[in-house]
Amino acid sequence: MSQPAAKQGLFQRLAETRREPLSFTLDGRELQALAGDTVMTAVLSQSAQLRLAEFSGEPRAGFCLMGACQDCWMQTESGERLRACTTFLVAGMRLCSQPGVPHDN
Amino acid sequence: MTTERQVVIVGAGPAGIRATETLVRHGLRPVLVDEAPRSGGQIYRQPPAHFQRSKQTLYGRDAARAAALHDTMAGLLPHIQYFSDTLAWNAEGGQLDLLHPLQPQQRQSVTQPYTQLILSTGATDRVLPFPGWTLPGVFTLGGAQVALKYQGCAIGHRVVFVGSGPLLYLVAYQYAKAGASVAAVLDTAALADQVAALPSLMAAPGLLARGMHYVAWLRAHGVPLHGGIQPLQVLGDDRVSAVRWRDDRGEHTLACDAIGLGHALRSETQLPDILGCRFEFDALQRAWLPVRDAAGRSSVPGVYLAGDGAGILGAPAAEWAGERAALALLADTGHRLTPADTARVAQLERRLARAQRFRRGLERAFPFPTAWAAQASDELLVCRCESLTAGELRATARATGTTEINRLKALTRVGMGRCQGRMCAVAATEILAQCTGQPLSAVGRLRGQAPVKPIPFAAARPLAPEPPP
Repeated sequence: MSQPAAKQGLFQRLAETRREPLSFTLDGRELQALAGDTVMTAVLSQSAQLRLAEFSGEPRAGFCLMGACQDCWMQTESGERLRACTTFLVAGMRLCSQPGVPHDN
Repeated sequence: MTTERQVVIVGAGPAGIRATETLVRHGLRPVLVDEAPRSGGQIYRQPPAHFQRSKQTLYGRDAARAAALHDTMAGLLPHIQYFSDTLAWNAEGGQLDLLHPLQPQQRQSVTQPYTQLILSTGATDRVLPFPGWTLPGVFTLGGAQVALKYQGCAIGHRVVFVGSGPLLYLVAYQYAKAGASVAAVLDTAALADQVAALPSLMAAPGLLARGMHYVAWLRAHGVPLHGGIQPLQVLGDDRVSAVRWRDDRGEHTLACDAIGLGHALRSETQLPDILGCRFEFDALQRAWLPVRDAAGRSSVPGVYLAGDGAGILGAPAAEWAGERAALALLADTGHRLTPADTARVAQLERRLARAQRFRRGLERAFPFPTAWAAQASDELLVCRCESLTAGELRATARATGTTEINRLKALTRVGMGRCQGRMCAVAATEILAQCTGQPLSAVGRLRGQAPVKPIPFAAARPLAPEPPP
């Protein structure tokens, strides 16, 4: 039985992989995704969380993917809030999965 | 943005598009407002324009219906005002408040007056939580489908689908066909339920055959299907690693890294609620739904309801209901209906009645697990926004004598978080009914509130006139 590796993302790309690459950063790390990815796809295809829940501090990765559950709100480094499942990735976005945590690595 | 009073349709899914088409055919130029960037609703959702999969790949046996609807929409564009990416976040006094993208990254609220409204606001998954459901890797069934259709992704590398309803098998089938590894399908309904439902499901033999095909295909391709199960727990520290369930043979654990979860669908009823439409408890759907007559008229003059947003009937029925509601609107506003229109009205109402019979069959085939609330442990997290457990809801209800869900909301904040009850209201009302020993209908429903979804505070100001240069 294969356990996913710790660093593996949640989402698995099955189709539409020949799109233009886009660069962005997640918690200061340079990453690549594809034009037409939502922020959620860009992050979860290489990470296992989008945010930390406000009350429990537990990791969250969204839930409904259709703008209803509001459990995928992320922040950019400049403090702008965005809903990851309904926002398309833009080249150069600087995303944080843990707002307020310094990440100058 | 127009400030003229127009007929406004909210929602560009199957119901909204057919309603719009019908109004345009009778010479109107309605306004169509939709939250998504492209039309089609959730079921016929279109990926971004430069994606390449065919409609056959995206929609399978629904490809022809999807293509017809998308083509209709394309033909309507010159005749309507279409606001995509636009949230109708409030409705009052003959106008809607719309959060409209002026430029990318900048949204501003504008008011849109209406003469009449057709609300086709659709549905989201009905979710019954079980321990571990907030772990990264658990998504709704509909969400799992969106990942595939809209982004070409699976929600994981080894996926288990849990819950009940026709969507459970459809999504499992779509995933397996697309090359994802489906580790199992776990259905709270038992095979005996499906057998008992066969006579009513014959009301739509085509849909029945399709559902049976998905199940047979999954079996033939070695996907384990387990019925009559009770989900026990999602295991994992900071992401899903396995799922545990119980059936009549005992307890089972299966490794997986993702779970698609859903028990049929629930209607998005906030706008009819804010508009003051009368609601009634629907025992079949275990939900308070806005009342509509056979044509789709709500209790508020000039407000019409169509599609799954006012009670779940499925996508083909949504197309009929959209057309029917538009014909009612036309008749009510003094437009002359042709004899062909009148014949069409009778045909649509017959089809919708048949869809209701099929729907009753589906409820029998995939019954709501009524023991869920009694089985839910006090530790179970019910409200994922505000982090509230079943035990906290029960303790508050008992300590305060609370018997009504809005009072429980005031006391605990359940349903007050960012999702405004979309994800937790079903579970919270079931828990309240169970712990107070009342029928579900007696605990009421969470009232809709504007804004119906979170909006930026700055955007909620009405658009100021342009300052002089």
